[in-house]
Amino acid sequence: MFDLTISALASLLRDRKASSEELTRLFLGRIARLDPGLNAFITVDEEKALAGARAADARLAKGEATPLTGIPIAHKDLFCAKGWKTTCGSRMLADFVSPYDAHVVEQFDRAGAVLVGKTNMDEFAMGSSNESSHFGPVRNPWDRARVPGGSSGGSAAAVAARLVPAATGTDTGGSIRQPASLTGTSGIRPTYGAVSRYGMVAFASSLDQGGAFGKSAEDLALMLNVMAGFDERDSTSIERPKEDYARVLARPLAGLRVGLPKEYFTADLAPDVAACVTAAIAELKAQGATTVEVSLPNQALAVPVYYVIAPAEASSNLSRFDGVRYGHRAADYADLNDMYRKTRAQGFGAEVQRRILVGTYVLSHGYYDAYYLQAQKVRRLIARDFTQAFKACDVIAGPAAPTVAFPIGEKTSDPVQMYLEDLYTISVNLAGLPGLSVPCGFGDHGLPVGLQLIGDYFDEARMLNVAHQYQLATDWHRRSPPGIG
Amino acid sequence: MQWEVVIGLETHAQLSTASKIFSGSSTAFGAAPNTQASAVDIALPGVLPVLNRGAVERAIRFGLAVGATIAARSVFARKNYFYPDLPKGYQISQYELPVVSGGDVLIVVDGVEKRVRLTRAHLEEDAGKSLHEDFHGMSGIDLNRAGTPLLEIVSEPDMRSAGEAVAYAKTLHSLVRWIGICDGNMQEGSFRCDANVSVRPAGSEVLGTRCEIKNLNSFRFLEKAIEYEVRRQVALIEDGGKVRQETRLWDPQKGETRSMRSKEDAHDYRYFPDPDLLPLEIAPGWIASVKATMPELPGAMRSRFVADHGLGATDAATLTSSKALAAYFEEVVRLVGGEPRACANWVLGELLALLNRLEVEADASPVAPGALAGLVKRVLDGTVSGKTAKEVFEAMAAGEGEADAIIDKRGLRQISDAGAIEALVDQVLAANAKLVDDYRAGKEKAFNALVGQVMKASRGLVNPAQANAILKKKLG
Repeated sequence: MFDLTISALASLLRDRKASSEELTRLFLGRIARLDPGLNAFITVDEEKALAGARAADARLAKGEATPLTGIPIAHKDLFCAKGWKTTCGSRMLADFVSPYDAHVVEQFDRAGAVLVGKTNMDEFAMGSSNESSHFGPVRNPWDRARVPGGSSGGSAAAVAARLVPAATGTDTGGSIRQPASLTGTSGIRPTYGAVSRYGMVAFASSLDQGGAFGKSAEDLALMLNVMAGFDERDSTSIERPKEDYARVLARPLAGLRVGLPKEYFTADLAPDVAACVTAAIAELKAQGATTVEVSLPNQALAVPVYYVIAPAEASSNLSRFDGVRYGHRAADYADLNDMYRKTRAQGFGAEVQRRILVGTYVLSHGYYDAYYLQAQKVRRLIARDFTQAFKACDVIAGPAAPTVAFPIGEKTSDPVQMYLEDLYTISVNLAGLPGLSVPCGFGDHGLPVGLQLIGDYFDEARMLNVAHQYQLATDWHRRSPPGIG
Repeated sequence: MQWEVVIGLETHAQLSTASKIFSGSSTAFGAAPNTQASAVDIALPGVLPVLNRGAVERAIRFGLAVGATIAARSVFARKNYFYPDLPKGYQISQYELPVVSGGDVLIVVDGVEKRVRLTRAHLEEDAGKSLHEDFHGMSGIDLNRAGTPLLEIVSEPDMRSAGEAVAYAKTLHSLVRWIGICDGNMQEGSFRCDANVSVRPAGSEVLGTRCEIKNLNSFRFLEKAIEYEVRRQVALIEDGGKVRQETRLWDPQKGETRSMRSKEDAHDYRYFPDPDLLPLEIAPGWIASVKATMPELPGAMRSRFVADHGLGATDAATLTSSKALAAYFEEVVRLVGGEPRACANWVLGELLALLNRLEVEADASPVAPGALAGLVKRVLDGTVSGKTAKEVFEAMAAGEGEADAIIDKRGLRQISDAGAIEALVDQVLAANAKLVDDYRAGKEKAFNALVGQVMKASRGLVNPAQANAILKKKLG
């Protein structure tokens, strides 16, 4: 039963073949048994989860269920949830209990989903391997000596190991798609502005976007149906009618134009990954899609541009963690500045401090024009490249990550190598576009590989349609890691 | 050497919105600490700002009132610095693209009009307050004020004396209240000025090095601080020294400014556009609809008072120093049915003195415009003399009723009946034979003494001109 998708579980619940309490106990049991070896969760709360499950059962009994009612889920630990610790994987917020709910958390509560826990993550979502968490690295269920990707590594690993049917994540530079690729799960990052950022602890405000992990594209559509929608508390939330992301899942792919960016298929891409992605594209063609080569001429600038803009915003966003009102405060200090210095030196890990320093530097007087302003200009060029490409195609396909999961510790001493993990995902964030990753085979060491699909603005339904049709013809997404039974 | 003083002012006007600029918390003054600080105001992780439309509308009102350009697109930026009463570690302000740019304010100094140009006015949020007194060895933080909307109004360095700076500040203070965007309460910090002051040799085109003076929460302090600062800078330069660009704090106890931080210590605020807020776009239609609600502005009213009522520039400026006073004056003129100069004399004289004594605005005057108009009419028609009318005014202020009732009750009606005056004069002549003799012997002074006796006998109610004429006739 733990291997079922949301839609399959929902019909069990609806038909009273299982109760939410049973389901919740099942997954809580799996977490208790398997998570010690994975470290996917920072907080699990059985009591709250079971209370939620019983409320869902009452709702199911009254026939007032939504597709998510009674389904156990997990939130990445940067979504504020009232009464829950919300740590962002940081010592700075290790004991912070949120007094309010994020919009996303509220939406899942309203839908009747059962929150079982908060998942591990790179500290403040800064990382591509989940090794920067204050709570220790998350292990990849496919090989526990390897990383699950990041920053939403906990959510990815939890879904991959079937500890929850689905989980939320956030994607600032690839933090959903890259871990989805590395863990053989399906993950989507919607268009910037589709999901409210209210209550989602900010890393880089202009790039952050909430999204979801699931075991299928169809589940991702169900998750988006809950998460997405206008929220007046987020000024960057886009006011548009609520849509059903599952509405065109069944559409055949005949006539679909798939763009293949020539900059994605180069020597930077590992041959095993390239082989899986190429095979996946062949499957789309077999279903009637046509391919067209497109070009994203500024692709090479995406990573450098990102590592100016994201740290700049982060350096300011993280200023509120000053030890004054909440969070960690150094025990001993001489004066105010000493308190700030010690609190932040103790509270933030090395990667966060590195990005705060970089961000502070690029915004400084005399450097702003050369770095921040220049990066913003190139960012517009990158977005324009996509607009140009979408004139010739409906979706863009390519790899989500350049390699399969790498061993824990391999890239921690070389930040630039780590940053290149997001080579194929970052430009999507810079352009504000939606992107997803679905499993498309296994590469070296029998590790999963993801196919990335990039859509035009607010074209999630079409992307999900393509992914779903692909999943109808393949079973990569149904494979689960060994030893999780 | 002759020195020219150059002054520019930066004014923070707290906008009179019910809620904060980026959150729904109340902006009311004086609540218990931290009771008006929401999740957004205390900057909990994950919260986001949402712009208050009312704050923007007030900025538009200001822009319209000073003839400025209202930007079709302006941008909120983050000003980054650490301080315990700045919860986010940055203040949301406007930097490169402010909502209002240009415009000017007309001031009147010694009866002469002068134009002070404005550089810009931008929207921003206030910080909280650090309380250093009540916590032994610690500081308290009150975030009630954090997020209160401010309009920072920056003038060009167009003022040439402390007097001009004060006139500008007062004019601006009056204007923001006039157009209903700020309550102007200086004690509560709703209207605060920082002054940029420099000096240069008279005739020089080059600006001297300026100092910014902070903590000027009254017009008096503004004047004193500038005067002090000018003396300090001139003495420094004349002693062969140089003015250092720095921020200085006015110390009202000592009556001096002292250095707070030098330019070298100034923060690098690392301004950048706030990614949590979209650029502020103001459509022409919005500006037009705000324009439709604008009252006649004090400058226009002042010109009208001079042109239509024949008032002097200074009197017209005083009458338009507050909307309430101007409205009071206009109502008196309307009820009297003209005679604006007589009305102005009463409003600027007895009424203003009363209002200042009671420390109230004209709209809270114990003597209503109708009551004053009733009195002015009685002066104009000769029922009471100007001197007696002041007594009546005081009685009205004390709540004794309308002018006519007081005049009747106290018997203050001017005696103008010739027969009655003649009888009084006869009495006085009979009782003052010596003065009559002196007068007849050529002592002119005796005549004045006799007039005085007549006035005294009538308790001042006789029309003095009439008494004069009758006395002259009787003495032949």
